[in-house]
Amino acid sequence: MSTHDHDHSHEPLTNGDEPAAAARVRALAELLVEKGTVEREDIRRRIDWLVSRSPADGARLVARAWIDDEFKQRLLADARAAALELGLEPGPSPVVVALENTESVHHMVVCTLCSCYPKALLGPPPDWYKSLPYRSRAVSDPRGVLREFGLALAEDVEVRVVDSTADVRYLIIPRRPAGTDALTEDDLAALVTRDSMIGVAEPLTQPKLPAQEPPG
Amino acid sequence: MSYHVGQPIRIAARDHEGHHRTPAYLKGKTGRIERVHFSFTNPETRAYGEDGLPEQQLYLVSIPQRELWATYPGSASDRLYADVFEHWLQPE
Repeated sequence: MSTHDHDHSHEPLTNGDEPAAAARVRALAELLVEKGTVEREDIRRRIDWLVSRSPADGARLVARAWIDDEFKQRLLADARAAALELGLEPGPSPVVVALENTESVHHMVVCTLCSCYPKALLGPPPDWYKSLPYRSRAVSDPRGVLREFGLALAEDVEVRVVDSTADVRYLIIPRRPAGTDALTEDDLAALVTRDSMIGVAEPLTQPKLPAQEPPG
Repeated sequence: MSYHVGQPIRIAARDHEGHHRTPAYLKGKTGRIERVHFSFTNPETRAYGEDGLPEQQLYLVSIPQRELWATYPGSASDRLYADVFEHWLQPE
């Protein structure tokens, strides 16, 4: 907090419990609407689109790649075209690149400059992805960050941190878990978590149990 | 000047007033071209209401982690990948 040496009083910056960042965004939106740069409806449409997206779309791409090697090659060559092939909306990002994790190479994605993320295929990014600790430590100590996510990689696995600094968005194809040969494509898609497509976790090894009511 | 996959490069160490997409921690570091992406409008002018033309070629480059951080705690083969525009690259 800076100190003031002038004698006027300030209006409160926020409405009650509204966080300062929310107040700033609201003020910015009002200004842009007032200046005619955007219309209020554009902002609403964009937010509606963003919250309608989910990692289920990315998971469908991964599950198809796991069972169909030719599809996987097409996904690696042009993820946007592969998404369209499955009837998925790849979003406004001009280029989406899929990178494959293997026995010997592990990719994880970060955006050190802001929070670039393949939102169309993964939904809104998690809060930790946008946090300064993740953004700074993912590039300088990726193995330490991965350990905190529960993923301890062997020394001989090459870790590739992908800093999405520009227009390209990155989606990781995690390794297919062992013992899943009998699963259907839909069952496989249920194993593919958001975090595994950011590259900070392995996929699940068995489908999540449905949420249960707490006992009592 | 355009670059090809595998070519050794250095990321320019210059300062830049205003918005740009080359992170400070990569400036001056050496690595190699991993992919030749497409051309995109230039964020350095687009950020200020201009059209961003001419488009700039974007590359995926990789840098050894030990080139970036003297005390990097991981393995010697670990690398950092980032997208860098052509006007921020120099042949090495």
